[in-house]
Amino acid sequence: MSVKTLTIDGKMVTGMAGETIFNAAWEAGIRIPRLCHVGGVSDVGACRLCLVEIEGQKKLLAACLTPVEEGMVVHTNTERLRAHRRLILELLFAERNHVCSVCVMNGQCELQDLAAEAGLDHVRLRYQFPKLGVDTSHERFGLDHNRCVLCTRCIRVCDEVEGAHTWDVSGRGARSVIIADMGEPWGQSESCTSCGKCVQVCPTGALFSKGRGVGEMRKDRRFLKYIVTAREKHQWIR
Amino acid sequence: MTVEELFELHSEEQARLRRLENRIYCCTAAGCVSCGAEGLRSAIAAAIKAEGLEGRVEVCGSGCLGLCSKGPLVRSAADGALYGELPPEEGALLVRPNPIDRQRLAAKRLDTNAPFFARQLKIVLANSGQVDPERLADYIAAGGYQALAKAVTEMTPQEVIEEIKRSGLRGRGGAGYPTGLKWELVARQPSPVKYVVCNADEGDPGAFMDRSVLEGDPHRVLEGMAIAGYAVGAQQGYIYVRGEYGLAIQRLQTAIKQAEREKLLGNRVFETGFQFRVDLRIGAGAFVCGEETALIASIEGKRGQPRQRPPYPPESGLWEKPTLINNVETFANVPPIITEGGDWFASIGTETSKGTKVFALAGKIAHTGLIEVPMGTTLRTIVFEIGGGVPGGKFKAAQTGGPSGGCIPEQFLDVPVDYESLTNIGSMMGSGGLIVMDESSDMVDVARFFMEFCMDESCGKCIPCRAGTVQMHDILSRLTRGEGTAEDIRLLEELGALLRETSLCGLGQTAPNPVMSTLRYFRHEYEAKLASGGRQ
Ligand SMILES: Cc1cc2nc3c(=O)[nH]c(=O)nc-3n(C[C@H](O)[C@H](O)[C@H](O)COP(=O)(O)O)c2cc1C
Ligand code: SF4
Ligand code: SF4
Ligand code: SF4
Ligand code: FES
Repeated sequence: MSVKTLTIDGKMVTGMAGETIFNAAWEAGIRIPRLCHVGGVSDVGACRLCLVEIEGQKKLLAACLTPVEEGMVVHTNTERLRAHRRLILELLFAERNHVCSVCVMNGQCELQDLAAEAGLDHVRLRYQFPKLGVDTSHERFGLDHNRCVLCTRCIRVCDEVEGAHTWDVSGRGARSVIIADMGEPWGQSESCTSCGKCVQVCPTGALFSKGRGVGEMRKDRRFLKYIVTAREKHQWIR
Repeated sequence: MTVEELFELHSEEQARLRRLENRIYCCTAAGCVSCGAEGLRSAIAAAIKAEGLEGRVEVCGSGCLGLCSKGPLVRSAADGALYGELPPEEGALLVRPNPIDRQRLAAKRLDTNAPFFARQLKIVLANSGQVDPERLADYIAAGGYQALAKAVTEMTPQEVIEEIKRSGLRGRGGAGYPTGLKWELVARQPSPVKYVVCNADEGDPGAFMDRSVLEGDPHRVLEGMAIAGYAVGAQQGYIYVRGEYGLAIQRLQTAIKQAEREKLLGNRVFETGFQFRVDLRIGAGAFVCGEETALIASIEGKRGQPRQRPPYPPESGLWEKPTLINNVETFANVPPIITEGGDWFASIGTETSKGTKVFALAGKIAHTGLIEVPMGTTLRTIVFEIGGGVPGGKFKAAQTGGPSGGCIPEQFLDVPVDYESLTNIGSMMGSGGLIVMDESSDMVDVARFFMEFCMDESCGKCIPCRAGTVQMHDILSRLTRGEGTAEDIRLLEELGALLRETSLCGLGQTAPNPVMSTLRYFRHEYEAKLASGGRQ
């Protein structure tokens, strides 16, 4: 497989043909913000936080979906990109009800981390305060729609890794919600194997294990990587 | 059918039509149907029977006759006269008019030399109102399927593509991508399986151009698709029609059946080795499904959601096969280009935009309806000559491009309408909706209306569009209620830039356009609405 050489933020970086800019950057220690991307499952380019500027291209492109090319010059952290990312995060905080102080993920949440990184200290947009429910019908896990950012990580991991395809999106636009099976309470889902993979990859406190108090939920960030490499290389050790 | 048989049928049917004493065409497009076209048609049919004129006088349905505001419309072939607002009992008089009837009818006769008709140039709509859309013989009498015959028997696929390239035809679905180049991209792919897709989702509010073409001349679209299939090497075509277009769906079904029966579509087209089938796929009325990647997902039976491009459909489209997607009007332009030649087509229009464009005139304009004009016609000609001006008011703005377009103020009335110049003044050609506004229109509310549309139609996949349209709509609503602040206008601009630059698909990318263009030309209206009463 051929190797491509490119420049990301002034640094010479190499990547395999077909590899994404996102991966090549992370391997070189350049951390591009992301929310919908999670290693081990397909990418959808939905959160738009990983958009980068590529010299010679008018459009911003999602790093998680754009393959590296020889001689590419990529900028991941320009003033324009930072402004866009801040506003996207503001949109997310205003969209649903993210009350961090009472969330099981307080301090561990990827959305919080992104906001901190972006230096976001207040939201200029109107909070929408939608009325959304919490599904606690599952024996071990819960889903709080108020904290869901619709990244669809749960859908993809359940479909592509566990093979259960329990989750999907129903409705469109701002009315989109994550549903189990055909809209049943999670606890009554016939496809769910209770493997917990979706809970581990959820970036926020939307999917959580029951019995955790505020700030107590810990997600195993290497969980998915472990399963994927284990399957590919048959190494069932961590 | 062989090519010889096609030409035989062509002359036979023409001779038959010439032998008729009269043929009366009743517009059976949606606009006229809603004001009584069906009753009118039955009254004429009954009169023919009562007079014992069967076989000598005929009545038939036809596609849109253009001046929808004067419906129901009827065209009488014997004297070429066009009548508007005919009640059934007067329609019956057309069958065998005596001098008194003639006088009565003369009052309903429309002046076809008026600018509304005279300033138009019909290529796409050439058959609309001239043929019965439910009869294949009518289309053949009008020269139909001769372009397909010429393509498959006299031209190589590459020659067909060269002809399209020479014509300068650009996509009529909105973005204006050069059609010949797109065909070439698909033709170049080595895959043995390819698809041709006709985008008939037409979701812009108030737009009915594609619908009129499908209802009035369905065979034309099939012929265009088959020529495309031959050129790019595809054997299967799909037409993705919105479910609300019941009549168009029915006419297409009839047309496909007729064409298959005569071997104009199917296994051995014109008894050559070329095969091409067309199937319909019915959309469920989501605007976003008009976006090509969402449309593909929808045909595949998945949730109609866009995906990142590249890869573009010509490389990887339907079921990951090379796929050509063109708009209805784009395909409808193809047969005349093949028959008359690319140079003929390229002689019409402007430097960068060739041929004609169909527009649906709506809003504060005397003649609402469907028009077709050469590219480069000025807005002033369209609005004041063809459209008859703004009744009882003063022109304020014209909105083109629907929810992705912008509002064009009076100072640009003399700009020639083509892809580039509309983009330069902050609007878009779009698919052809043209809404005229007078001074009673509130531009902030117009912007709010289109933003509400985009908010409701956002698929929700990406954050900027899903949540950004909600916030922009929120701010616009506040402004229209007189509760907005100067900071709100700044946020509106910031959000607009975000949506434009970061949204995943065209819906989100163009959703800010109506806001941006009204802010550019009517900023004072925004400022006058601030809670502070315009003081900063
Ligand atoms: C939100 C959205 C809606 C669209 N709706 C339509 C439509 O209804 N009809 C259409 O022909 N093209 C529509 N398009 C454009 C198509 O994606 C595509 O560009 C077009 O069908 C290509 O055909 P053309 O090259 O003949 O214009 C839409 C695009 C977007 C982003
Ligand atoms: S627990 Fe496992 S099977 Fe159940 S929904 Fe989550 S990922 Fe799917
Ligand atoms: S539940 Fe979690 S993983 Fe699933 S879409 Fe919502 S935020 Fe993403
Ligand atoms: S821009 Fe809007 S319609 Fe397009 S993918 Fe994003 S959310 Fe969906
Ligand atoms: S991480 Fe690339 S778009 Fe979300």
